[in-house]
Amino acid sequence: MSEELYKEMAQSIIDGDSEKSVELAKKSIELQMHPLDTITKGFVVGVNYIGDQFGKGEAFLPELVMAGEAMKAAVATLEPELLKLGEARETMGRVVLATVEGDIHEIGKTLVGTMLSASGFEVTDLGVDQPAEKIIGKALEINADIIGMSALLTTTMVRQREVIEELDKEGLRPRIKVMVGGAPITKEWAEKIKADGTSEDAVGAVQLAKKLVGKE
Amino acid sequence: MQPKLALLDDELIAKILEEAFELLRCPAVKVQNPEARELLASAGAKLYPDTQVVGISKSLVQKALESVPREFYLYDYDGNPVIHYGGDSIHFDPGSSGIAMLNPDTLEHETTETPHLIRLLKVAEQLPQYDAQSTAVICHEVPKDIQDSYRLYLALLYSKKPIVTGAFTNKTVQEMIEMLTLFGGSAEAAREKPRAIFDVCPAPPLIWSNFGAGNLIALAKAGIPAEIVSVPLAGAAAPVTMLGTVTQHTAEVLAGITIHQLAKPGSPIVWGGAAAIFDMRKGATPMGAVETAMLDCSYAQVAKSLHMPTHAYLGATDSKLVDAQAGLESGITAMVGALSGINMISGAGMLDFLACHSAEKLVIDAEAIAMAKRMVIGIKQHTETLATGFYDEKINFKGGDFLKQKITMQLFREEQHLPSSVIDRDSTRAWKAAGGLDAFGRAKLRVKELLASYRRPELDLDKVNRLHAFMRDLAQKAGLEQLPALEDYQPT
Repeated sequence: MSEELYKEMAQSIIDGDSEKSVELAKKSIELQMHPLDTITKGFVVGVNYIGDQFGKGEAFLPELVMAGEAMKAAVATLEPELLKLGEARETMGRVVLATVEGDIHEIGKTLVGTMLSASGFEVTDLGVDQPAEKIIGKALEINADIIGMSALLTTTMVRQREVIEELDKEGLRPRIKVMVGGAPITKEWAEKIKADGTSEDAVGAVQLAKKLVGKE
Repeated sequence: MQPKLALLDDELIAKILEEAFELLRCPAVKVQNPEARELLASAGAKLYPDTQVVGISKSLVQKALESVPREFYLYDYDGNPVIHYGGDSIHFDPGSSGIAMLNPDTLEHETTETPHLIRLLKVAEQLPQYDAQSTAVICHEVPKDIQDSYRLYLALLYSKKPIVTGAFTNKTVQEMIEMLTLFGGSAEAAREKPRAIFDVCPAPPLIWSNFGAGNLIALAKAGIPAEIVSVPLAGAAAPVTMLGTVTQHTAEVLAGITIHQLAKPGSPIVWGGAAAIFDMRKGATPMGAVETAMLDCSYAQVAKSLHMPTHAYLGATDSKLVDAQAGLESGITAMVGALSGINMISGAGMLDFLACHSAEKLVIDAEAIAMAKRMVIGIKQHTETLATGFYDEKINFKGGDFLKQKITMQLFREEQHLPSSVIDRDSTRAWKAAGGLDAFGRAKLRVKELLASYRRPELDLDKVNRLHAFMRDLAQKAGLEQLPALEDYQPT
């Protein structure tokens, strides 16, 4: 019985069908299934599948994003149950994402957020034009493992360095790791500003994040 | 709305036709086939004694144009109508009759034999951009007498797609028709659902050779489709002006249609060609020249004014390698062909003035063809409101919002062509990780994949055995005891 339901759950994620994934999450609560099992044996299977397919070039961004959304909706439905049980879903890690101050280009960063969420990270996306103190403040507030910063412009990429310097000043590293990204960002730049890594695309960003939290 | 390219206005098309009729009267057409001359004479054409020259009147041509079918289909092995000759339908097939093939590793142009043709057939079979196969290269190790029928034999064994082919003599066209009859089940079946079309070439200027006209007559009688491939060379074997060349092309095709329809009214025939300009520096016939594409677009407009099905040779290059020149010439001319609404566009895969084939080029050209086909689909209105319906309460002014919409998932495949791995859209990191290859390098990999994934089509064993026996018999008559061994086929 639950095997069938798990399969349906995975499929709802693969189909990117949020209504269906929420409906199945509710059903699992009625059936008093353990919410952690529901997530790991059901929904996560779908996320992993679509992630693999995307990696192979067989699935596409809209499918990946929709799967991420369906996953998010299902987990949100199950969260109160987890709280009742006093258990938290084990995440890959907590990530704060932001586009740095003065820059409003965020599509790449948003994709990284989706990919990270779909891969089991808890992502807080602050959006665009975020000053150093807000980024660091949020990281401390949620006890983040990683800060991810994007910049599209050569004029704004220097802000990435300011955030890193501020973190160092506060003695928050290496506890909080820093990933940087964006069109003008190179490995050399990342090394120069002492970031913990960079990636040119969202798939690489997930690999990097996993490495940074020691869960490769 | 299907986007269309037009280079001629109606007035000019009418003038081309008028002058073509005039050319058919004077200097008239040289018809080197006695049966064709007889057909024309008994229909009232004027024979000039001792010269093989025949004057064809406008009314005789118009009568032929009345009986010619305005559309027909080619069918695959399973009997599905796959290729629509008529209207503005567009299809592509690999170029035909190459004599060499590019070795992707040594970059030598190798003289082609059986394994080369099989390689091309296997690759083209799996690329959906090619609606038809072609008898792409000559297999030089078999005797000349069977080189044309042998190519068709291989295409029938390795493919289920329709086939663009051609015969080299009046004797072999009969043998090839017999092959199609054998594979189709009966002469009637081969006619009702034709699997193949035969290219038939007049010789410029204004000559229908014994073999060209003979082929037209044989095909018409059998009801097997013929495709006139008129090859005027602007500035050498045709007037230097584009309009002069298109007019000569028109006259040559009209003469061919007249002979064909006199042999059997109602038989299917296509208004086609491999027109080219003549390069005045090298004395070459550039297939990748923009003027070559313009000639084809123009004669297609003339054909369409008469509602005739169309064909052209485009999507080829004169480069010797699969390089940037190959890409730009093939891509641009394929696009011109598609925008001209030409029903069958032959030439993909070909280098070096149609002499040399390349499987690697075939997979790259497939991407250009996919782009051309996408272009021709045009801009579609999928939603009642164009944009306003997309901005719902979930839109919170973030880039990426539209990725989260169900409609994006539903429609992106219809709006966007998804290219194969031959086209690089990777980040630099991923591109480097995949070997940092250029298009030719990626094409080599894709060809290897396609050759590995190819499965021989499941064909009726009885038909296959009869075809083997038929071919063996032809070979023995031509002095070849043993046909070359075939991959995927056990010797019988």
